[in-house]
Order: sequence, then structure tokens, then C-alpha cells
Amino acid sequence: MQTKIEALAAEPVDPADALAKFGVGQPMRRIEDRRFITGAGLYTDDEREPGMLHAAFLRSPHAHAGIRSVDVAAAAAAPGVVAVFTGADWQAAGLTGLPLRPTIKQADGSPIATPPRPGLAVGRVRHVGDCVALVVAKTARAALDALELIAVDYAPLPCVVDAREALQTTAPALWPDHAPGNLGFLWRVGDADKTAGALASAAHVVTLDLVNNRLVPNSMEPRGVVVRHDAATGRVTLSGSIQNPFGFQSLLCELFGWPKDKLRCRADDVGGGFGCKNQLQPEHAMMVLVCEKLKRTVKWVNDRSGSFVSDAHARDLSTTVRLGLDASGRFVALAVETVANLGAYMSTNGALIPTLPTAAVLGGAYTIPAISMQVHAAFTNTVPVDAYRGAGRPEAIYLLERTIDVAARQLGIPAARLRRKNLIRPAQLPYRTALGRDIDSGAFETVLTRALELADEKGFAKRAALAKKHNARRGLGIAYYLEATLGPPADSARIAFAPDGSAVISVGTQSNGQGHETSFTQIAAAQFGIAPDAIAYRQADTDITPEGGGHGGSRSLQLGGTAVLLAARQIIAKGKRIAAHLLEAGEADIEYRPGRYAIAGTDRGVSFTEVVTASFDPARLGPDMAPGLDETARYEREGFNYPNGAHVCEIEVDLATGIPRIVNYVVVDDFGRIINPLIVRGQVTGGIVQGIGQALYEDTRYDASGQLVTASFMDYSLPRADDLPPITLELFQDAPTRTNPLGAKGCGEAGATGAPPAVVNAVVDALEEFGVVHLDMPLTREKLWSAIQGAKR
Amino acid sequence: MYEFKFHRPATVRQAANLLAKNEDAKLVAGGHTLIPVMKQRLASPPHLVDLSKVENLSGIEMKGRALSIGAMTTHADVAGSPIVGEAIPALAYLAGVIGDPAVRHRGTIGGSLANNDPTADYPAACLALGATIVTNKRRLKAEEFFAGLFTTALESDEIITRVTFPLPKKAAYVKFRNQASRYALVGVFVARRPSDVGVAVTGAGADGVFRVTAFEEALKKRFASKALEGLSVPADGLNADIHGSAEYRAHLIGVLAARAVDAANGK
Ligand SMILES: Cc1cc2nc3c(=O)[nH]c(=O)nc-3n(C[C@H](O)[C@H](O)[C@H](O)COP(=O)(O)OP(=O)(O)OC[C@H]3O[C@@H](n4cnc5c(N)ncnc54)[C@H](O)[C@@H]3O)c2cc1C
Repeated sequence: MQTKIEALAAEPVDPADALAKFGVGQPMRRIEDRRFITGAGLYTDDEREPGMLHAAFLRSPHAHAGIRSVDVAAAAAAPGVVAVFTGADWQAAGLTGLPLRPTIKQADGSPIATPPRPGLAVGRVRHVGDCVALVVAKTARAALDALELIAVDYAPLPCVVDAREALQTTAPALWPDHAPGNLGFLWRVGDADKTAGALASAAHVVTLDLVNNRLVPNSMEPRGVVVRHDAATGRVTLSGSIQNPFGFQSLLCELFGWPKDKLRCRADDVGGGFGCKNQLQPEHAMMVLVCEKLKRTVKWVNDRSGSFVSDAHARDLSTTVRLGLDASGRFVALAVETVANLGAYMSTNGALIPTLPTAAVLGGAYTIPAISMQVHAAFTNTVPVDAYRGAGRPEAIYLLERTIDVAARQLGIPAARLRRKNLIRPAQLPYRTALGRDIDSGAFETVLTRALELADEKGFAKRAALAKKHNARRGLGIAYYLEATLGPPADSARIAFAPDGSAVISVGTQSNGQGHETSFTQIAAAQFGIAPDAIAYRQADTDITPEGGGHGGSRSLQLGGTAVLLAARQIIAKGKRIAAHLLEAGEADIEYRPGRYAIAGTDRGVSFTEVVTASFDPARLGPDMAPGLDETARYEREGFNYPNGAHVCEIEVDLATGIPRIVNYVVVDDFGRIINPLIVRGQVTGGIVQGIGQALYEDTRYDASGQLVTASFMDYSLPRADDLPPITLELFQDAPTRTNPLGAKGCGEAGATGAPPAVVNAVVDALEEFGVVHLDMPLTREKLWSAIQGAKR
Repeated sequence: MYEFKFHRPATVRQAANLLAKNEDAKLVAGGHTLIPVMKQRLASPPHLVDLSKVENLSGIEMKGRALSIGAMTTHADVAGSPIVGEAIPALAYLAGVIGDPAVRHRGTIGGSLANNDPTADYPAACLALGATIVTNKRRLKAEEFFAGLFTTALESDEIITRVTFPLPKKAAYVKFRNQASRYALVGVFVARRPSDVGVAVTGAGADGVFRVTAFEEALKKRFASKALEGLSVPADGLNADIHGSAEYRAHLIGVLAARAVDAANGK
């Protein structure tokens, strides 16, 4: 696959800003890649230590069943087994359910349903993969062998896997005491009356029912943790494949009633998270409980089969959209009614995903004066659903961008023109959306125009005509996405120099492979005017920074990166006092340019590195100066910002087989200021690939008995490199955000947000002559072939 | 994986003796089918008899008018072999679209045939080309060899040593991959042989690989894709699963067969 980068705006936004120099904006190669590519990364399963114990979980083969009994005697007596745990041990520890982060209330003000999710099943299992028992043994194999000796007497119950069915009165009840009718919550946002009124008087109302298909996250490294107990201090340390150590620390301490300093959470290299390593899961809670009990080091690493049935799944919404337009095609109202599948339990952030983040961007980059949404969330006998790349925003953009295409067709207006007509114009910025969000910056129409130009929209008709000659049809799909970068609001960074001029940056956010080590280093190197390899990077450890938010919501650069920038500025400020002392000048007369302090208007100066060295020599410091350069900064989000951009996908569908082939893919992104275009390109490409995967391939299917039938890569289809088109990427930097000092908008989830509607719009466009108005993802080959056949019949 | 005893014989005879002596012993060739099932604890052979050090089991050569491929020859070796490329380019192509590079560098033709996965590629070539499967005991026509899903005519102590393919005049293979596994959802191998035409289908048959005699008859009269127009394979008796209905598979057989004939004709 090739990708191409060209910056629309070569001019730095603020020439006075030192950020524009020293590597920021440069496509520096990723520092961490050597480690990853040569196999020198340190992942959870790489952790070894003498005497370490191994844990394995027994998972439920039933979607829904009562547990009559669990007999662990034979397992406990098996060779190498140290201990076996069941739900009874969870209860005996006085525990009920895992803590949650539900910050929403139901429409009527009542709390949402939060049925207790235990570490190991108590009395009932509610999805295939539910944890039933845990074996700790001297070797991983002994643990697996012992699992087979556990006898569970299940009493199977009727199950339900579809959220709409779960809300029917006849559906089997998962939580009769906590969630009558399987209803997790009913949530509303926006002015429903105003929206209904606007729809009633609209010249056109376009209605579309659509499904946002359930996905399995499939991080390359499975979830896993190693938990250690320190006999001297009584502290417990959890390290492993997690996305947010601070979040884990706070949730686990809440669960066990521990003070924060009792539990350290940290991570080494993490092989992808995409959201599914942000939740506190039963396995994590059990591992900490077991370690505290046994006072031994215990390791657990999920296998791929286990990952399919226990990593939090994604999306799984079905929605009815109504878009009102006036006679000229202007949007007047948007009403959205969604049924969300929560899975069997409320996951850590399960209530948030289909609600707040969706509302944050509902309406997209368009002027829509009235918007309302209601969400019914249902419990079903499936793996719990939680965050996955985009977490709520791709859902919002998908439903809107699909509906706009349907509206364009119905009104006979070209899809691009309908979008142009309704995009927020620069003069309207900052624009307050109907749901009360302030979109601060953007040049939406310019970006769309550029994308269509790069996609050679003008030449499309010719290419489409050519395709017809070989029994194929071409379609062009457009999607304008609006993102909102979210996640925990604050982060911290520490920069500590050594006398030799080298520095260690420690941050509270975390890379799961995104490349923070490189971009954060670039930010600091640019400030100090030193080589990036003089800077070491540390992350994801509750012991090394006072706080942190992990990664999620495309937040890391703008929060963690800004914290690095602020810490660097503090270092530079302190350095200035030292420089003034060394140069025997007044501090006010010292000027700083990356790498050098100088007395203003003279050629007398001292390099930054000399100042670092001097800072460790008390003899060279002023009387009131503490030695060393070691600063910690905290940055809290000042305002939300809205990455946005245009995706244009050209697709060719072979009529004989239904095979869709993406022949060209163009994206123009507005991510504000770019620190490292190479890393941004990687993020966008990865996101687009996941979006294409959702649109064309990834099909998570449960059968009526609640078995996940796509529970391995033999049946669950991920996009492969040879399925993918060349991607032309251009970065638009002319609409910087002022919501953070870096001017960055966040790029991590944008690709996965824009791609699904762009791809589906392209396919539907290609099949227009067959009367296709809408098809639900994934657009498998047979689905397309059937649609073509349907028209022929 | 459970514990097993590992044997590494040097000759076919030793290997056969080990099979005869140890009940439930399994041969292991490339291990790309067997080992994953053992890792998932779905198979637990107490003895594994490794063929990797057995003499004379791999290699590619022409024997008169036939191409001979040793059982332990990997897919990658077949795909990259100038001899195969010259003799039956369609076979080299087929080997090159099996799985991914790791699979092709471990998986063997003997292992693939012995396994007779209903979605594997080689069985289609063997049937369409009229191959002979040579074992330590006998020579089996492809027709007699494949005996249904994951079932062959092999006896428990029988070892495939090589496969011979009579040279066709023209041949081509067209594979429609299962999007997830990349095995064949449907694969059609078409061969124009000196006095016959073979059209064999993998992936679609509820009983594994099969020939489409109606297509063969039509192509015998005229070896052109036009000859297949109006012909179809009934959906009855074809596989249906989450990856494709029987109707879709039946339809694809027609499309792929026509494309294979065109490819064989150099179109
Ligand atoms: C990810 C993946 C993708 C794949 N994709 C494809 C694909 O697209 N198309 C395809 O056709 N195949 C595919 N395969 C299967 C692959 O080609 C296998 O390697 C092959 O089918 C088995 O060959 P092997 O040498 O690995 O056999 P092994 O796994 O070692 O053995 C398989 C079976 O054959 C028996 N056996 C082996 N050698 C002999 C012999 N000489 N005589 C008698 N019995 C023997 C063994 O006892 C065992 O029962 C794929 C495999 C994987 C893992």
C-alpha cells in the first residue's frame, strides 16, 4: 500500500513559535520501531521470573445458564496446581460488582441499570466466554490441564443476542432484579419537541434504518497482566497489556477499598488496544485478588480464542434516522432513535459509548438547527460492548453521512452539492451545534473541494463508463466526518535532565503502538534544541507521574504532548535564571532560542546543554537555586476540538461475483498542527483500514443459541494488505485550533470514523441502477451479488 | 497441547512401521493443519511420526510425460519451481495462492492431500488433471483417493510418497477465496487433457472435491467459455455456511469455470 502526504499549507502557522523548528512537523521515523521490528519489545508474555505462577480462566460454553454447582476438587489436586477459585471466592472476599464509570442518567433522571458484574460467575453465566473459574498453577500448561478437570453443572436458559429482541416483553430476562425488560437505560439528548416540529414542517423528510455492525477489536497482542506482591511494603503491582494504568489503579482501588499507594499499575509495550484495553475486566480484578491472597507473582495472558469471547466488542447499534430538509435542500432537523446492545453486563464505559460521544458530533460539520437523539440500551447474552476506535463518533458520522446520501438521491441533488450546501461556513465559526457543542475551527468546504479534486471527481463518469465494459460498476462515495477528541481531561509530564545533557520524559498517557515515544520526543527536542536521541521516554506507570489518562479519544498528543511542552517551558524558564547567572546578566535580558540562551542584542550566550551541565554544579548556581533540571507539568483540556475531513472512496463492483474492489481512496484531514506527518499518516491509514474492515469484511455473528460463530480468524475476516487500495492523504493545516498550545486536534480515530460511510456510499452509488438504496455493513460479496440478483429477478 | 512422543524416522519403511506399531500415531509433515488442532487441544495423538527427515520424499521432476512431486514438497517449492512452471503453470499458480507465505513454506502437497480438506486447493488440481497418488503400498487414481470430507482411501499405515500429474494441453485454476480464512470458498480447476477434459471444484461440495461432468462434456465439444453458457450446477448438495449460500456457490462455479477456461485459452 502506498500513501502520499502533501501539506496544503507549507507555511508554519506561527513563525515565531519555536515549535515550527527542530523537527516538529518533520516526518521523523519512529524511534520505537527498531525495538518492535527486531523483536526487542517487552510485552506481557515476555515477562518471566523465577517462581512466577500462571493463571488460566475457565470460560462459559453457554450463552445463558444457571450454575448448579462447580466442582474443583480434581483440579485442585492436579499436579502443579496452586489454587483454584470460583465465584464463591469472589463473594467470600465481600465483593459484588466491578466498579463502573457511568456518568449518564436516564431520560427521566433515574440512574441507569448497573447490575453487578463479578470477577467469576456467581450463580449464572450470561455470555459465551463469561469467566467461571480460575486456576493458578506452576506452569501455564498445568493450569490449562486443570481447567479440564473442573466440573460445572450448568442449567441452560433461553438466551437472546439481538438488542431489539431483548427489549420485547417475551425475551428471556438477563437481570430480572436489576434491569427489568433487559433495559439498561433510556437516554435522550436534544430538544425532541423542537426537532419533531421541524420535521413536521420540513419540505422533505428522509428516513433510513441502519445497523452499525458489531466488531471484535482484535488487538495483535491479547489482553494479559502480571501481578506482583511486594512482601516488604505490602504493595501490589499490576503490569501488562492495558491502555490506562491510572484508570486501572483508580478502578481497582475503588473495588478493593485500597488507598491508591497500595496498588501500582504500569505497562511496558502494548501491542494495540483500540479501546478494548481501557476497561477493567473480570480477569484483571481476579488477578489482583489472587495475587493479594497468594502473595506470589501471577501471570495471565489471554489466548486468541479467549480474546474473541472476552475482549469488549464494539458498535452493535440499530438506528432509525430522520433527516428533514427544506425545499432548497437545507437541513432543518435530525432525529435519531437507536437501540444499543450492551452485551451481558454493563462494561466500564459501556453506558458512555453510544450516548455522550455520539452526541458530541451528531450533526457533523453541518448546520442543523434541531437535533434530538434517544437511545434504548439493552442487555443481551453477548460479550459486553465498550469503546473501540472512535467510540461513539463513527456511529454518529455513519448514520448521518449515509442518510445524506440517501437524501441526495431522493431529492435528485448530487451528494457533494448537498453537503456543500449544508457545511458550516467559516464565517459561522465558532459554531454552536443544536446539542450545545462549540465547533471552534475548520474550513470544511475547502477541505471537501480539495478531496474531490484529488479524487478526480470530474473524471469519474468516464471511469464508470469504462467499468461497464467489463461487467462492473463504479461508485464514488463521499463522507465528511467530524470528530471530537475526548477521554480523561488532564495529563501530566515530567522532564528530568542528567548532567550529561540527556533527559528522561515521563508521561501519564500511553502509546499502544501509536508512536508517542517519537512525537513527544520531537516536541521536547524542538524546545531544547537537542537531538532526539538524547531523550529517553517513559510512560504508563502510576509511580512515575502524578496523574495520567492513558490513551483513548485521540487525546494523547493534545493533552500529554501539551504537558510535555509545558514541562519543557518550565525547564527553559529555570534554565534562563541559570543562564542569566552564568552570563552575569539580568534574567530579563536573556533571550531563548531553542538550544541557546543569549543576552539580547549581543553575541554573548550559553548553550542549553551547558546550562544543563551547570545546573548540577552548585558552584555555578545562584544562592537560591536548587540543583538539577527536573520539572513536572500538568495540562487540563481547555476546550474540545474537532478534527474533521473528507474521505472519498472509489469502488468497483464486479457484477458476476459481487466482489467490491476499492480502486482509489483519498482523504484530506484537518488535524490542526502536525507534529510528525509520518506518524499521522500511520494513524490515518490504520484507522481507514479498520473502517474498511467494518464496511466490507468484519462480521460478528451469533447464532440463536448464543454461540459466537465467528470466533476465530478462520471465520472472522480482517482486511488484508492486498484487499486495500492506495491511500492518498493530504493534511490541511490552515484551520488551527486554539484549544491547546500545540494547536493539535487529534488524529487517532479519524480514519475509522470517515471510512465506513465513504465505502458504503461508494458501493450504494455503484449499485444505484439495481435499485439499491441502502445495504447494512459489512458489504460482503454475497450481499452485493444478491442485491444485484434481486434487481434482475 | 497435550504430551506426545516424537519420532523422526529416516526411511518410509521405518515410518510405516512406527505407524503400524503405535496405535493412533499420526504422521506430521508441514504441521500446518495438524499442529494448530493439537494446540487447541482438539487432537491429541500420543505419537507423532515426523516425515521431515525421511529420504526421497521431496523433490520435483519430469518422468516421461508426467510431472512427479514428492509428498514433502512444500507449496512454495511447487509455486517457485521452473519445472512445474514449464510443465503445468496452472499447478504452480495454484500452489502460490494457498494460504500465506508462512503456510506455503511449511505446508506440503502430501499433507494437503492426506488431509483432504473440502476447501483445500490441491484436490481440485489432482482430480481435474487425473493425477495419481503414489503411496508406500500402491498407486491410487485421484478419483479413488478422495473419499469425502477429510476422508481419503489411505489406510492407517499408508504414506503418500509422491503425486504424478500427466501433462495437460491446457489448464487453469481460478480461486474465489473465503474472505476470512483464504481457503477456497469455491475453486475451479479446468484441464484440457489429451483425450479428456477435467473440471474439478473444491470448496463447494458437501462431500468435498467433485467433477462437473456436464461442463466437461460441453468443453469436450468445444473448449471455450462460450460452451458453458446456459449450463449451471444445481445448488442442491452444495455447502452452505456463513461464508456463502449454496446458491451463491453454485453460481460462482459457473463464473469461475468460464474464467478458468478463458485463462487456459490465454484470454
Ligand atoms: C493459515 C492457514 C491457511 C491455509 N490456507 C490454505 C489454503 O488457502 N489452501 C489450502 O489448500 N490449504 C491451506 N492451508 C493448509 C495448508 O496447505 C496445510 O499445510 C496442508 O493442508 C497440510 O499440509 P502439512 O504438510 O502442513 O500437513 P500436516 O499438518 O503435517 O498433516 C496434515 C495431515 O496429513 C497427514 N499426512 C501428512 N503427510 C502425509 C503423508 N505423506 N502421507 C500420509 N499422510 C500424511 C498427517 O498425519 C495429518 O493428518 C492453510 C493452513 C493454514 C495454517
